[in-house]
Amino acid sequence: MAAPAIKSRIPAKAKKGEIIEIKAQITHDMETGQRKDAAGKTIPRRIINKFVCTWNNDVIVSSDWHTAMSANPFVTCYALATDSGKIKLTFHDDSGEVYEQVTDITVE
Amino acid sequence: MANKVQGWSRRDVLAVAGAGAVAVAAPRTARATPQEADDLVKKLVGGAAAKEGKVQLKLKDVAESGAAEAVAVAVDSPMTAADHVKAIHVVAEGNPAPGVSSWFLTPRSGKAEVAFRMRLAKTQVVRAYAVMSDGSVWTAKQEIKVTIGGCGG
Repeated sequence: MAAPAIKSRIPAKAKKGEIIEIKAQITHDMETGQRKDAAGKTIPRRIINKFVCTWNNDVIVSSDWHTAMSANPFVTCYALATDSGKIKLTFHDDSGEVYEQVTDITVE
Repeated sequence: MANKVQGWSRRDVLAVAGAGAVAVAAPRTARATPQEADDLVKKLVGGAAAKEGKVQLKLKDVAESGAAEAVAVAVDSPMTAADHVKAIHVVAEGNPAPGVSSWFLTPRSGKAEVAFRMRLAKTQVVRAYAVMSDGSVWTAKQEIKVTIGGCGG
């Protein structure tokens, strides 16, 4: 599998107290462990099992994912704009790898 | 009758075809049941009885594709420190595993709403549960028709 890439849509600026929308997508096969390859061997499970969104290291939303999440998961969540800083999206792979993306946001 | 000469009546052919269909279907019975979904919910939300209401489960009546169907869950809550949604759980009754995803929110989430795309193995009921900061549990469910399942195999 190619290295997962994270795409996100997060506003660069927000007013204090505004609720902003965070959209994120990661390219990932989300292999369920149910499928078999051409030789009839089961393809081992490998999914993103956890997604966390933090704002200046405070957790906004965290979530546990199971095999029923689609391939290339595309998610939407919300955050209350409090102060300028960094929004970090973290995806935890079954393999132990962690993929991150950090976006700067200015709050006026 | 040509069929009789070959030793196969139309009825025989249909009977065998029917048996074949059953044989093909049999290995695919590894699906969650509503009972398994109930057990999982008990684990996720504890013993509290879920009441209907407050939770809006947005998904189509007929899935375009079982591989990636858009689902959104919104909960009626002010999301203040005193009164907010602590968790949203989505459970599918007819997938190989009933758990879909669990979302843990905070007052910093601002709005009790999440959206994602899920896999659906067959026509089934999808349920959403919301656990509030006061411990109450609310739920909504909807049946979704699936013509092309999305769990591979």
